[in-house]
Amino acid sequence: MSFMKSFAIGATAALFATAAYAECEISSGRVNVLANDFPALKAVTSTAAECTGGVTVEANHNKDFRNITVQALTANPAEYTSVIVANSSIVPLLNEGLLRPLDDLVAKHGQNLKKNQLITIDGKIMAVAFMANAQHLFIRQDILDQVGKPAPTTWEEVIETGQAIKDAGVMEHPFAFLSMSDWNLGEEFVNMYLGHGGEFFKPGTAEPAINNEVGVATLNMLKELVALSNPDFLTYNTATVVPIWKSGDLAIAQLWGSSGGELLGGEGAQEGVAENTVLIGAPTVAGGSTPSSSLWWDGFTISKNISDEDAEATFIAMVNGISDKMVEANNDAAVWLMDSYTPGPAAAGVAATAAAGADPYPMLPYMGLLHQAFFEELPDFLQGNESAEQTLADIEAAYIAAAKEAGYL
Amino acid sequence: MKHRTFFWFILPSLAAMILFIALPTVSVAIQSLFVEHEQVMVEVENCGPFKCETVLQVDTEATAVLQEEAPLGRFNGLRTYANRKHLAFEQVGVAWDETETFGAFFSELLNLPFYKALIFTLTYTFVVTPLVVVFGLGVALAVNRVPSLLKGPTIFVSLLPMIVTPLVGALIIFWMVDADGIIGATLQRIFNDPNLSLKASTPLTWIMLIVYGIWSSTPFSFIVFYAGLQTVPKETLEAAKIDGATRWQAVRFVVVPYMMPLVVFITLMQLMDNFRMLEPILAFQASAKATSLSYIIYNDLRGGDIPQFGSAGASSIMTIIGVAILLTPVLIRTWRDFNRKRA
Amino acid sequence: MSTSVADRRSKGLIWFTTSFVVLWIFIAAGPFIWTLWGSFKVQPDFFSKTDWTNAIYGVLTKAETGSAFTSAGYQGAWVEQEFWRNSINTAIVVFFTVVISLTLGTLGGYALARSGYRYAFWLLMLALVFRAMPHMTLVSGYLLPFFEWNIWGRLSTTIIVLVAINQPFTLWMLHSFFLNIPKDMDESAMVDGCTRFQAFRHVIIPVMWPGVITTGLFSFLLAYNDFAIGAVLLSSENQTMVPKINSFLGTVRETGDVMFAVAAAVSALVPLFFLILFFQRQIVSGLTAGAVKG
Repeated sequence: MSFMKSFAIGATAALFATAAYAECEISSGRVNVLANDFPALKAVTSTAAECTGGVTVEANHNKDFRNITVQALTANPAEYTSVIVANSSIVPLLNEGLLRPLDDLVAKHGQNLKKNQLITIDGKIMAVAFMANAQHLFIRQDILDQVGKPAPTTWEEVIETGQAIKDAGVMEHPFAFLSMSDWNLGEEFVNMYLGHGGEFFKPGTAEPAINNEVGVATLNMLKELVALSNPDFLTYNTATVVPIWKSGDLAIAQLWGSSGGELLGGEGAQEGVAENTVLIGAPTVAGGSTPSSSLWWDGFTISKNISDEDAEATFIAMVNGISDKMVEANNDAAVWLMDSYTPGPAAAGVAATAAAGADPYPMLPYMGLLHQAFFEELPDFLQGNESAEQTLADIEAAYIAAAKEAGYL
Repeated sequence: MKHRTFFWFILPSLAAMILFIALPTVSVAIQSLFVEHEQVMVEVENCGPFKCETVLQVDTEATAVLQEEAPLGRFNGLRTYANRKHLAFEQVGVAWDETETFGAFFSELLNLPFYKALIFTLTYTFVVTPLVVVFGLGVALAVNRVPSLLKGPTIFVSLLPMIVTPLVGALIIFWMVDADGIIGATLQRIFNDPNLSLKASTPLTWIMLIVYGIWSSTPFSFIVFYAGLQTVPKETLEAAKIDGATRWQAVRFVVVPYMMPLVVFITLMQLMDNFRMLEPILAFQASAKATSLSYIIYNDLRGGDIPQFGSAGASSIMTIIGVAILLTPVLIRTWRDFNRKRA
Repeated sequence: MSTSVADRRSKGLIWFTTSFVVLWIFIAAGPFIWTLWGSFKVQPDFFSKTDWTNAIYGVLTKAETGSAFTSAGYQGAWVEQEFWRNSINTAIVVFFTVVISLTLGTLGGYALARSGYRYAFWLLMLALVFRAMPHMTLVSGYLLPFFEWNIWGRLSTTIIVLVAINQPFTLWMLHSFFLNIPKDMDESAMVDGCTRFQAFRHVIIPVMWPGVITTGLFSFLLAYNDFAIGAVLLSSENQTMVPKINSFLGTVRETGDVMFAVAAAVSALVPLFFLILFFQRQIVSGLTAGAVKG
């Protein structure tokens, strides 16, 4: 990671040296971007900050940015002119109507944007996506060869292969996924449920529809997987699993595509781990054809409660932030959606998952509440304290209480 | 003191508290009686980088109209307090009717988030608080006998668990207790059980949280007791010695009674802080095994993408009520002292 | 302890207390010595999944850097991530929080200690109940007004919030200190023709320092270690140390630079060490005077 970070910083420093020739010239306006705190987004904002002229470009990278977006954009004028969001964090802003439709700005300054970068809601462009991410499988080729198994393409094969590795005495706990009992675990349920082809809500309503056979199958599959995982699985997030992978104690893992660069880079890894790490698409399940994963995008939005001048300045700066120049300098920092991106090996898993037709994470106003109910109630089941039916009933009850309070039911 | 003088002396402090604590508390209390307006939904087509789909979205204009009419939302009375995420009267009633034994009822109760959190919170509070008092006193008595040259560094070291940022302190200990970490691996060796994992078992997680709680709070009671020890009148101790008291008796019948007000002070602060415990659960990633009232609030506000202010408000108000109940004995005692002083 | 008492100590007791102190020091300081040592290793050593003894010997540190010790964590935190900016912010926040808390607290605590009316009692109790409000809820409530008044993100806003949130504790503690200062002192000054404030200034202020310093220590620790408030009320250029340390720890989708966090946390302890050595005597004599009254 620190390799990637210093790489990104070095690259931007080099760009700053040539910034005098930057083609981005904005005569006036205020640009202030609120974003999550990771290197790819910093590359975007620092390239946006290269715009010259009377404009001021600032950025606040904060891990807790989700907690302040709504309030920050409600104030008039809003503190931040742009927020970099993902398909879940855009929802609260849409619910409150705090984002500006970008159609006219796209028409004026966004000629280079691709059609599939534009997030449209009810025909209006609300965000411009620039990078993609998804959870998918990471495998250790050498271990799989050792037990004579091919790369798994279904979760059933993952279990079979994992069991074979366990039986061969190679590893006690060959599998891991991000099953920490917070947002992470909810995401695993969402992925698996999508893979089963499930619908989260009754069509046209906000009523939950997960207490069914698909839900039971999802839960049982998750439970079979945690049996192959370390008993500490409820504390496993990216920060926990990545070091375990590097230490060579895992053979198969479902992780975020954004961990790919670090794991292939192999900094701090045991010998032979990075060389044998292969990124493949997320598996399918129960004979289905859609991968059990959800696709994520990150993109920028523009606040509603700011002057048109600031909005225009922000849009130009952000378009510069995601320009070809930035992509070329930071090619391996993320899976970029722009044409100038050359996919490297670190992008293979995300690309395969997207190509196999995985669903995007549902961008629904009340999805966050259901997601929260998942991880609040799932640990009881995964620890074997409760039946699948009881857990699904609990999830629905927890969701209904929250959704009633929020006015969706 | 005259009312007028009192007023001017207390004004800045009072103003700060009213503005930043009392008013927000009142507004949270009011907000917890309301729920949000019914969201007006419309069906729209959404397109992203991956595909287009028809979904429901909030009709912000129509919802804004409702919002304008009644900015607080829909009045809901105490129903938020009674819903499944809080006191869950309905579910408790059903569980009471349907279960045969008390044990079965109890396990149904534990399936409800509020009661689950309450039980851990109370266990934690009532185990950690007395042990912190006892250990603090023990450490203070022991450090008091350290040669004066070493006292300064000893005091600094004794304060370490309290002063390092819990964010990193707990992170490191979390790694030390990992099955592959120094403490976890040592425990496995001691108990001769290669599968022992502090993080995988609920009772062990509880013990781990409690031990961490004691460890990180003992310095607070230590420093208060240590200071108190300096004031124990030597004459009384001497007199006890001359009367043939053993050391233990001297501590038991002279030192401890003299320190009673300190015990009350520490108990008061510890009850309050332990009842609101949150950081250890987050740092030890223990939310699957143990939740506290503050964790519920944290989860409502920060856990997901949509903060649930009403629900968090209701839990906060109930936390305040819980603290008030816990503190009642202390309040009564202080009230008596106060009246005695006035008399 | 008087010498005659000390004389009568049995060998067994000395042995017992000594070993108890040693055990306590080991328990209290163990994790930090471990941290201090580990902060000079690379992450795969310090958080080793392979073998925890790597953290002691630095096997991978040697393989990666050629030496068993590396200052890469400190370098990364202080130079690359400019942690010094955050320490300056923390210094400002801590200094003003302590000074303002103590100024307000001494005035209020003095008034509460000297007023015999019932409302003083109820105010104290109310302050205690205020203290029970979870900070998380309070902070969420502040956000919208702060953004609307355009005071979000500034150090001054955070300082005022920290002062206010810390006021109940400060008031309680200082109130008990003032109860210990005999009433006769300021009242005789008032008989001599001083106003209440003059009596406070000339008679009380000179004798109140031990109590104030102790209370100040707790205000200091609150402001120094604050995370819940600073993390959401400060913009990135005003961020204090602890939220910055948190930002080293990675996000849902990314691992972070944990060694930066460890190095930064160790560095953050240094000023505290000197502070406690410096104020050690006052802390002890201060608590003696006040907290006894509970």
